[in-house]
Amino acid sequence: MPETPENPPSGGTPARPATPKRREPKVALAPEALDDAGTELSSIVSDLFSDENVEMGVEVDEVSVRIAPDRVPAICARMKNEPSLAFDYLRSVSVVDYVDRLEVNYHLFSYPKRHKLVIKADLPAEAPVVPTVTGVWRTANWFEREGHDLFGVNFAGHPDLSPLLLYDGFEGHPGLKSYPFHDYDEW
Amino acid sequence: MKVTQTTRAADSSVDMMINMGPQHPSTHGVFRLVLQLEGERIVHAEPHIGYLHRGSEKLCEGESYAQVITLFDRMDYVANLNSELAFCMAVEKLMGIEVPDRAWYIRTILCELNRVASHMLFYGVFGMDAGAMTPILYGFREREKIQSLFESVTGARMMHNYFRIGGVKEELPTDFPARLASIVEELKRAIEECDQLLTGNEAFLARTRGISPLSAEDAVDFGVTGPILRSTGQIEDVRVSEPYGIYDRFDFGIPVGSTGDCWDRYYIRIEEMRQSLLIIEQAASQMEAGDIQAKMRRIARPPKGEVYVRSETPRGDLGVFLVSDGGPKPYRVKVRTPSFSNLQAIQHMLRGAYVADAVVVLGSLDIILGEVDR
Repeated sequence: MPETPENPPSGGTPARPATPKRREPKVALAPEALDDAGTELSSIVSDLFSDENVEMGVEVDEVSVRIAPDRVPAICARMKNEPSLAFDYLRSVSVVDYVDRLEVNYHLFSYPKRHKLVIKADLPAEAPVVPTVTGVWRTANWFEREGHDLFGVNFAGHPDLSPLLLYDGFEGHPGLKSYPFHDYDEW
Repeated sequence: MKVTQTTRAADSSVDMMINMGPQHPSTHGVFRLVLQLEGERIVHAEPHIGYLHRGSEKLCEGESYAQVITLFDRMDYVANLNSELAFCMAVEKLMGIEVPDRAWYIRTILCELNRVASHMLFYGVFGMDAGAMTPILYGFREREKIQSLFESVTGARMMHNYFRIGGVKEELPTDFPARLASIVEELKRAIEECDQLLTGNEAFLARTRGISPLSAEDAVDFGVTGPILRSTGQIEDVRVSEPYGIYDRFDFGIPVGSTGDCWDRYYIRIEEMRQSLLIIEQAASQMEAGDIQAKMRRIARPPKGEVYVRSETPRGDLGVFLVSDGGPKPYRVKVRTPSFSNLQAIQHMLRGAYVADAVVVLGSLDIILGEVDR
């Protein structure tokens, strides 16, 4: 995958300054394998959202759209209601911790159109806030609670962000890379 | 049901709060449901999960790709092989590995057997939830046969750790085809027997028919998948809509319901067992000798990138979102488990239902808490 502005490397958009002393092993990039439906979807989305600041990309066999966090609910609602897209099924909401930023991934699928897409939004690591999409898909409720539990992402406007997987009073966000694990001794 | 707390809330219309679980036999694990009643009607149900949260996703980040498979065994502990397959497929897709045909046939046969075993467990437990004591004996008897076959193949009755990235661990035992053929025949008879034992039973029908129907729109909006989505009339099965592996080589049907009530959810699983046996028979007759493992380096190091794969487990759409930074361990694994989303819809399904039906509705969802909490 060439590292063009359209295809940012998933490891981190702000290019890290290369450290000349340590020799990093050369990392291969996953190949793009977008099928015809994906190519068509990609052109539909870039046409429809030409007024928005969207960054189109490809993740192996999936079209990816990177948007600003505050535009997430509006764009998601359009994705769902636009007849040519009809993304009625939110497959999952996943948070990935890239240390310098958090990335929220919304994997969408359309039952009537049978195509798939992933929406990405980058959040700052120190105060990750993104508006909720529970108003668009009700299934987002628990996914967002989980993201709040494990990564501390504040899904603004969510009806109830009480702990879901963790117990009440748990401190910290164990999904983050900074959260220690494997720090116990074998016994 | 144990009444642990009787409060008269400030809102006088709420008569009683009933706490069900986390230690309750019909919650299928450790799951807590707080019901607010008005008379015998449920006005609000609040599910509490997380009692079995082991941080599997985080643990995946500390293991090599081959070791992660063991963690997937422990997510859906009733359909272990189906979970293993989803992770293996994700790594294979990222690395672009072509899995040999024979390995795919072995995987498919075992996964479909696992589906039958899982549905047999559902059959027994759901019967018990609805007040029938006998089905669980029949269901477990059949499941035991499949598990002993698994034991001869993988060495373990559960937690098989048999699938590998790019293939399977080892060749099938020599008596496998004969044992498979006899088990398929026995299962065919057993499914008919089970069907006759419970499906048309009048008491069972009274407990399940028309109970908390789910509409197709609500099911899709709640991200409900698998048999529960199909019971609402939506024709959707990942094995057909996004075929993976060799599923496009088989003729089989997708059973769909019409009303989305508890009985539909039950009967779809009976019908799915029949379809799974059809797949197994076709796969067994098409299978040829060959490699069982793709040529690849011993230690998997997928290229940098991310991939999302779906697969159809007995409970629904299992998605694995795998992010690789090019290293020997996954950077992030997110598992979208079907039970998690299916269980979320219970709040909606129980609103307005009778308290006596709560156990039946929960049973009809066929949740596995290991998968919900991860």
